[in-house]
Amino acid sequence: MIIDLDGKTYEIEKSMEVSRLLKQLSLSRETHLVIVNDRLVTEDHRLGKDDRVKLVRVVSGG
Amino acid sequence: MKCRLCGQEAHISLRSYNTALCSQDFVFFLEKRVSDTIQKYHLIDKNDLPIVAVSGGKDSLSVWHILNRLGYEADGVYVDLGIGDYSRESLEKIKKAAEQLQRKIFVFHIKKIFEKSIDEIAKAIRRVPCSACGMIKRYVMNKVCIDKGYTVLVTGHNLDDEAAALMGNLLYWKEEYLWKKSPFLEGREGHLSRKVKPLFLCSEREMAAYALISDIDYIYEECPFSVGAKSLTYKNILNNLEETSPGTKLQFIKGYLKTVKVGEETQRDISYCASCGYPCYGDKCTMCRLLDRFHIENRIDFDVYSDNLDLSKKMMT
Repeated sequence: MIIDLDGKTYEIEKSMEVSRLLKQLSLSRETHLVIVNDRLVTEDHRLGKDDRVKLVRVVSGG
Repeated sequence: MKCRLCGQEAHISLRSYNTALCSQDFVFFLEKRVSDTIQKYHLIDKNDLPIVAVSGGKDSLSVWHILNRLGYEADGVYVDLGIGDYSRESLEKIKKAAEQLQRKIFVFHIKKIFEKSIDEIAKAIRRVPCSACGMIKRYVMNKVCIDKGYTVLVTGHNLDDEAAALMGNLLYWKEEYLWKKSPFLEGREGHLSRKVKPLFLCSEREMAAYALISDIDYIYEECPFSVGAKSLTYKNILNNLEETSPGTKLQFIKGYLKTVKVGEETQRDISYCASCGYPCYGDKCTMCRLLDRFHIENRIDFDVYSDNLDLSKKMMT
């Protein structure tokens, strides 16, 4: 699957749950939303090897 | 996960409410939460003329979108800080939103008055950019309300903004600011507009999800001057707490609202600026002193973009 995080792309072969992907990237479910193939998904969603995954940071402000 | 309301596939988990919802039911849930906040705290009356302080970010564009969906016909005001591509892109997003909502947008271009960007102004007066920015934004957004007859200024401050600010004020015991943590701030007739925060009980995560689901095209990049801001550190701490104890931020703010008598200003001698009438603690407000310092005699003016953006026109205030 192709992962898009802050404009950088990563490729991961292994299928896994969204919660596991966030953990591997040291990201919190409180600070990032996960879009798979243009659709928002929950943490238990199983990612497939052909999925396009976008991680959206939600925290903003200064 | 399944949507608690319709049983279809859920698109967002809301751990602080111990539930999960599909996109359609989440939009209904969030808009109802905003509507309930407006009703409970009497934020906007049907007779009010609201204007939204928009930045191009997810929160301000979403609250603008929601208000208009709820039947509150709100225009927008934007302060162009002159920060290169960041400001240009923000304005483009705002114009696009204005066109979709068919609402008017007032734009104050800092560079047109000062011939300087916000960082150059801040440097000249030896302040950090965020301090100069806050001062100018507060003034300009108040001015558009007073001059154009808007009765309430709406901001996109969300639960995380409020919890982070409250945490900062508590850590350093800034008692003079504690009263400001409220869904509303009263105005002063003819001098200071009433300010309201309809997203007070909506988390930043919920607002980002709402913007994504509703196809609200917001600016994703951060203001380049917000790097290293303390509020981001507080948000990080609170999100770490939220990860292990869902609902912490909501309980923090709700508990505060129950404990503190909100909306009342601490007693200080407030006078009005001799030049413009804006509330201040001396003869002149900080904005008029700033204009004097740069020998600027021009009045604050706005570019106005109407619902048909090709008919943009300039109005003097």
